[in-house]
Amino acid sequence: MTKVIKILGTGCPKCQSMTGVVKGVVLENNLDATIEKVEDIMEIMNYSVLSTPALVIDNVITIKGRIPSKSEVLELLT
Amino acid sequence: MFDWIQNMADWFVYGVLGLAKEQHLAEALNFFIYDTTKILILLFVVIFLMGIVNSYFPIDKVKNYLSRNKLYGIEYLMASLFGVVTPFCSCSSVPLFIGFVRGGIPLGVTFSFLITSPLVNEVAIGLFVGLFGIKTTIIYVVSGVLLGTISGAILQKLKLEPLLTPWVKEVLVSAQREQDVFQAEKQTFKQRLPIIWAEVQKILKGIIPYVLIGIAIGGLMHGYIPEGFFEQYMDEDNLFAVPIATILAVPMYSNASGILPVVQVLVAKGIPLGTAIAFMMGVVGLSLPEAMLLKKVMTLKLIAIFFGVVTLCIIVSGYLFNFIL
Repeated sequence: MTKVIKILGTGCPKCQSMTGVVKGVVLENNLDATIEKVEDIMEIMNYSVLSTPALVIDNVITIKGRIPSKSEVLELLT
Repeated sequence: MFDWIQNMADWFVYGVLGLAKEQHLAEALNFFIYDTTKILILLFVVIFLMGIVNSYFPIDKVKNYLSRNKLYGIEYLMASLFGVVTPFCSCSSVPLFIGFVRGGIPLGVTFSFLITSPLVNEVAIGLFVGLFGIKTTIIYVVSGVLLGTISGAILQKLKLEPLLTPWVKEVLVSAQREQDVFQAEKQTFKQRLPIIWAEVQKILKGIIPYVLIGIAIGGLMHGYIPEGFFEQYMDEDNLFAVPIATILAVPMYSNASGILPVVQVLVAKGIPLGTAIAFMMGVVGLSLPEAMLLKKVMTLKLIAIFFGVVTLCIIVSGYLFNFIL
């Protein structure tokens, strides 16, 4: 099943590097997933996160406020 | 405590490079090696310790605690103290603000947190210990916490809720002392360590260039500006020095890691410490980019009041320092 990945962040450098990490993991491992960047603050607030960037996989918040490592993301996605 | 670093710098400059002790270049190089080594070690220690605290005490827990407990006025101090241990990225300020408001936390308490969080952070503490010593660091931290507490309490008294942007007011109406389900990461210290470690590396990598440049500039100024040079312009009797320094500092969004070493030299050359600390607080605590981000949740008038109150409190504490120290 295709996993739905959302990256919540208002466009700060940290959010961009999180996007980079996640994209890299998905490409390198040929994972079946869609990546969406959520930059609208109203939409971000629907997820009740207090610190960005946050990584949402299939509507579950998995990581917030920090940039994960590649192995961490791979583990979350498989 | 840091003798061994001095010995190492001496050994390298006079032993390995074989420079003579009287040379300006040798002295400057010695100073640079000693200062950078000492400061980087301190930064590493402080950032690492704060990383551990934060791993066990993340912002979600803070929010839940503040919205759960009725604290009879202590909540401003609590929010301010929480601000110290929580690392702050200005890009998180908006989600943080909304999250607090939605959790039913009073606006003033939220402000207390928003003020102290950038003002007293791990990088500033590490640099302060390295450049000014423990005593000044404690004064800075304590006054930063008090500044957040008092400014927050004042802002609460002003009843500023009507000045929020419309959609935030809607959030405010539906605010409840809710407990967000908090998926506590149940991890052992061993599992946390790599995450904390990665964070420490990231922060250090980000600030090292600024620290090096700052110390290098400081070192050069040390050599070229005569002792007491600034005293004629900025001594304690000059009543306007503190407000001018503070107001100049607010729009500056300089990396504290670059500017602190320079300020240290200015103090050594005769600028009163209170004036310098007021300047530092203006630079670190308030910035235009932050104001731009806050525009999403606050009207311009509210931002102006917020910045105005904090600036005023900084100026007052600057005077106090000059008076006490």
